[in-house]
Amino acid sequence: MNNLNNKLSLVSNNLPTEAEAAVWSILETVPDPEVPVLSVLDLGIVRDVKVAEPSADHPKGLASITITPTYSGCPAMDAISMDIRLKMIEHGYGKVNIISVLSPAWTTDWMTESGKQKLAAYGIAPPSHSTVEGAPVICPQCQSANTKLLSQFGSTACKALYQCNDCKEPFDHFKCH
Amino acid sequence: MNAHPPINYSTIQLVKYTLHLADSNLILAQRNGEWCAHGPVLEQDIAITNITLDLIGQSRNFYQYAAQLINQSTEQPNNEATEDSLAYLRTEREFKNLLITELPAGDWAQTVLRQFFYSYYQLGLYEQLQNSTDAQIAAIAAKSIKETKYHVKWSSDWVLRLGDGTEESHQRMLKALEMLWQYTGEMFAPVEYELNMGIDFKELKEGWEQQVFAVLEAATLFQAGDGAQLNSAYMQAGGKTGVHTERMGFILTELQYLQRTYPGAIW
Repeated sequence: MNNLNNKLSLVSNNLPTEAEAAVWSILETVPDPEVPVLSVLDLGIVRDVKVAEPSADHPKGLASITITPTYSGCPAMDAISMDIRLKMIEHGYGKVNIISVLSPAWTTDWMTESGKQKLAAYGIAPPSHSTVEGAPVICPQCQSANTKLLSQFGSTACKALYQCNDCKEPFDHFKCH
Repeated sequence: MNAHPPINYSTIQLVKYTLHLADSNLILAQRNGEWCAHGPVLEQDIAITNITLDLIGQSRNFYQYAAQLINQSTEQPNNEATEDSLAYLRTEREFKNLLITELPAGDWAQTVLRQFFYSYYQLGLYEQLQNSTDAQIAAIAAKSIKETKYHVKWSSDWVLRLGDGTEESHQRMLKALEMLWQYTGEMFAPVEYELNMGIDFKELKEGWEQQVFAVLEAATLFQAGDGAQLNSAYMQAGGKTGVHTERMGFILTELQYLQRTYPGAIW
């Protein structure tokens, strides 16, 4: 729960109600379809959760979940909305509102620290904080800082392709965005 | 949410302007998409298609907003506008994209030079639009800026690499420049529906020229003093008001084929 509170502090200063905290906990189990080691909370794309008073139609209260896309054209967003709906149904919420907002624009600064660690362990160099200028991209295989950019565009919109000059392994870097 | 506010002049202008932004992105995406699986090397094939994906994403945001505006101001319960109906079911004369976006992909020089002109234009435009009084236009612009910065970087790198490259690549870039330049003026010549969108076209043009000329000069495609000559060149226009080149019909034929042949098809 401490971990979850850390994540929530990136989103809002208001402590969630008990009903909202329950939804946040469920969302933590929804993985990103393209980087499955990250949950949608690790990515920072869930911006708000509201749960209405329980009613006959919604015994657990109608949940409204606000999400924001990573990149404008990210094809995973439709899948993520669907995955959230299914997971909420699994937990007995029935229909939920999923609201998509564009502003403020998503940034990798909203990615959690544990998310960044999970990325590195998965073999993807995590983004540095946007305020850190010229931070080296560390090779996730051998931890060398001696790496080079191969292409700004990688296997998905959010990644760039790098190569390590020491161990020679190519790797994905989650771009600071 | 307003139930159904009456259609007024400014709403019509905003719808047209939003469609113009959406259409330019979509048509350029369709053109760039021709490179998919045909790029010169794998990394660049992935790069151009990633850029294309960003353009499609941005166009979807604009189409969704245009559809919302149209549906809020008209009562057509059986004929609701959607992002898909706007992309797939409008005719050539209804498309408001810049002419430069519909030109053939050509060779790699033409593709990267077009992207370079367009991305710098988009960056300047989005930087102004992020302060738009229209909250949704401002939100889409602010989000798109981040993506457009990658496009500017990538296309500038290519202009430098090919312009200041081999004799062959240099010649191809000169040819592309000669072909594309006459289509750049349309970006900065406002039409009626752009006049009240809070855009400073003079600033947009000056900023664009400064950045574009600097890269062209570094790429040995341009010498100090060429600016005046380029500035006095004849400029094509018409796309913004639906008067397109002969290529447009072919693009739409391919883009809209499925929905025209099997209306309402989903998958």
